[in-house]
Amino acid sequence: MNFPILSSLILLPSIGALFLFFTKSDKKNNFTGKYVALFTSAVNFFLSIYLWILFDPTTSEFQFVEERIWIKDLINYKVGVDGISILFILLTTFITPLCIVSVNNSIKERLSEFLIAVLIMESFMIGVFCSLDLVIFYLFFEAGLIPMFLIIGIWGGARRVYSAFKFFLYTLLGSVLMLVAIITIYWLNGTTDVVELYNSGIDIKYQNLLWLAFFSSFAVKTPMWPVHTWLPDAHVEAPTAGSVLLAAILLKMAGYGFIRFSLGLFPAASEIFTPLIYTLSVIAIIFTSFIALMQEDMKKLIAYSSVAHMGYVTLGIFTIQQQGIEGSIIQMISHGLVSAALFLCVGVVYDRMHSRLINTYGGIVSIIPKYSILFMLFTLAALGLPGTSGFVGEFLILMGAFKDNFLVAVIASLGVIIGAAYMLWLYKRVVFGKLINTDLKQMFDLNRSELFILSCLAVPTLFFGFYPDPLINTIEVSISDLIDQYNFKLASKT
Amino acid sequence: MENLQLVLPEIFLSLSIMFLLILGVFKKNSSRLVQSLSLAVLIVTAVITFNETIGINETKLFNNSIIIDYLSSLMKIITLLAAFLVLIISSNYLKTFQIFKIEYPILILSSVLGMMVMINSNDLIVFYMGLELQSLALYVLATFNRDEIKSSEAGLKYFVLSALSSGLLLYGCSLIYGFTGSTNFDVIADQLNSNEYALTFGIVFILVGLAFKISAVPFHMWAPDVYEGSPTSVTLFFTMVPKIAALTVFIRFLYVPFLNLIDQWQMILIFLSIASMLFGAIAAIGQTNLKRLVAYSSIGHVGYALAGVAAGTNDGIQSSVIYITIYILMNLGLFSCLLMLKRDNNYYEKIDDLSGLSKNHPMLALSLLIILFSLAGIPPLAGFFAKFYVFKAVIEQSMYFLAIVGLLSTVVAAFYYLRLIKIMYFDEQKEKYDTDHGFWLKFSLTASTLLILIYFIFPSQLIEVVSRINII
Repeated sequence: MNFPILSSLILLPSIGALFLFFTKSDKKNNFTGKYVALFTSAVNFFLSIYLWILFDPTTSEFQFVEERIWIKDLINYKVGVDGISILFILLTTFITPLCIVSVNNSIKERLSEFLIAVLIMESFMIGVFCSLDLVIFYLFFEAGLIPMFLIIGIWGGARRVYSAFKFFLYTLLGSVLMLVAIITIYWLNGTTDVVELYNSGIDIKYQNLLWLAFFSSFAVKTPMWPVHTWLPDAHVEAPTAGSVLLAAILLKMAGYGFIRFSLGLFPAASEIFTPLIYTLSVIAIIFTSFIALMQEDMKKLIAYSSVAHMGYVTLGIFTIQQQGIEGSIIQMISHGLVSAALFLCVGVVYDRMHSRLINTYGGIVSIIPKYSILFMLFTLAALGLPGTSGFVGEFLILMGAFKDNFLVAVIASLGVIIGAAYMLWLYKRVVFGKLINTDLKQMFDLNRSELFILSCLAVPTLFFGFYPDPLINTIEVSISDLIDQYNFKLASKT
Repeated sequence: MENLQLVLPEIFLSLSIMFLLILGVFKKNSSRLVQSLSLAVLIVTAVITFNETIGINETKLFNNSIIIDYLSSLMKIITLLAAFLVLIISSNYLKTFQIFKIEYPILILSSVLGMMVMINSNDLIVFYMGLELQSLALYVLATFNRDEIKSSEAGLKYFVLSALSSGLLLYGCSLIYGFTGSTNFDVIADQLNSNEYALTFGIVFILVGLAFKISAVPFHMWAPDVYEGSPTSVTLFFTMVPKIAALTVFIRFLYVPFLNLIDQWQMILIFLSIASMLFGAIAAIGQTNLKRLVAYSSIGHVGYALAGVAAGTNDGIQSSVIYITIYILMNLGLFSCLLMLKRDNNYYEKIDDLSGLSKNHPMLALSLLIILFSLAGIPPLAGFFAKFYVFKAVIEQSMYFLAIVGLLSTVVAAFYYLRLIKIMYFDEQKEKYDTDHGFWLKFSLTASTLLILIYFIFPSQLIEVVSRINII
């Protein structure tokens, strides 16, 4: 396999963005610009499907590895995928074209610049998931801040400036400590190559501090309680496509980071800090679910539900059980699909009524039935109804948790009930009930592009709900090897 | 006579200055000619420096009072190129204020000559001579727009404070002379007796003087006022060129005679570095004038460059040289943008004047966006790599406190850079600015932006250039 498929995945969106940059942006060309962006991201999606087909799930070795000298004697550009990362790449390449389709309805001005930002964002996100060098990882991880800051700040809502700053500074603050940790690892081991670090292990004396430094970055990005406060602001103010990218992919970077780096590099420290993660995760699940229950703003409600769902993810990862970690990855994929869909659903009514407040709506089921059906599906997926992908993830996580810590598992299971409560109540207040606000009668049902996007998201949600095998097969071996490595390193105290 | 070849750049430059002065005095209306000739002189000097000295081993001349090695040649070339770029992009600005006179390029050349002497010095007296030559030229440059009261004020303020710091510095030199019996760096290194506390006082006094010249906290007070009051083209010169020479002297002075006293001066440098990084970041937040903001941001950046020097290793020195080089590149871009904010013969320098720039001048705004993110140190732009190398060197020496404070202050600093971006991109648009800028101004903006943007594709080159710096 000489074709550098991963580098192509990373570069292709940027090339598309460059192309867009040189097309003049008047009203007519915006149209072509959109097709350029759509074409690029669609090609990228098919390329990643091709990658999945070629991918060999029977080994936990990194595949499609490319290595080039980047900074001489210091850092090599190294990318590769294993079972853990490949699904996130697929998720990224799947969500981005849908975002680009969705801008039809929500972005009114500076369209080509928006598309450039989205495409560059895609490059960075794919880069995060396939980099096998800590510095390269950091580079992509941080670089994503620039386009996201602009997406929120330029195309966002009324309080966009505040939200954009909060998003940027919170994430930057979390990440700088990770940079210190990465450089320290370089001086301890003489390399930042992840594969070599997996083999050599990191001195146990330093692991705790290094773990905490990585944690500070991932905790902000996840986001975990109590540093989650940037997320509702960023979500509420970001344009629909921005919220979708943020919820569906950006948050997954941290979960991925926990599995890849915290567990892989610092097993001894992970063992020590597991209670911390459990506590924060359980608080996130229960506390933010209650907060979500009280929200007036639909986007804010879904944002808080994201925090709760990510609480399950972190909980599952640190059970260090096969089911727990598998569940976490599936939960992340599922949340990527479902939260994206929910934000798009909010976007649909927002584009028509320009309000996100729940009490504006009510009784719209008879006016826009197609919308109500799809919204129902995603609501049920979000609360983890069997038959949707949300159920598979949550079920596996709780199974892992019961094996590891009974009390935590019981409390987390209670969170499922609250989760069902706020999602169903949201649905009831928006869709059912009496039609009081007569303006709602002006609403028209889903147009073709909206229907297309939501169906695209509905198909995998249902499919993986009934038949999660393709996902599990892909990740199974990598995870079991990760756990073996983890236990081995723990036993041999390195 | 072989020796003279090695100082040929300095000899050529001083002869050219005298020639240009005579030419300017006797030929009427020759400012354009003098300007072009000065540019040629800078380039020729850089070429001579490159040809004559870049490859040779460390050589000491004139009773060991001058040192020619890779560091000095490299820094001289950077200085000359930076001065060249400053001179070439400032002509339109000077014409607008009708201060396009022969003195301007000649003064810049003289201060560059002073800096070259500083960079070469291996002796306290030679170093002081160079320092005074460059400072005197800079005092006059600061007041160059003499009809403007702010410019005169800037020059006077700079003169008074700088004279004070020069006095302190000279006092430090005399202390060191008194306790070692020599002004030569090598002899001082031999005579060094670490039990002499007075020597430490000498070092401290000299460091104070140097910190003043490089505008490190707590000796930065002059910088914002002088940067604001001076003509913008001179501010550009201030923020870039003297810092190169001052940094070189910092390195040379601390690492040649006083390497054995590293325990004594390392703490001072760490303090200077931390104070500059934090103060630069925090004080810039409240500024409303772009030039003042740049002044505080340059104070912060000096802090990062000093962090590399504080590491006490070759890696550290190399990283500061990389830092200052990338910093110069970013500053060049930033000031090219400032010089483009012009409407009807008026230059705008308030932060609010940037508002809505992205709608009126999308390319200018995009360049400024890239430069600002790079100044904030966000990957994958060049500014990130500059910080990365510095902190790599610092963490190698287990100076975690310095590294963490430094990185946290980048977060604070990111706030005011973001504010500028916010004003450009999120705020309402105003009137358009002129677009008929000179070729060189456009060139320097485009070139610096592109270099910042694509630096990550070839990061090894710059490292290779500096990796031959070998002081310890």
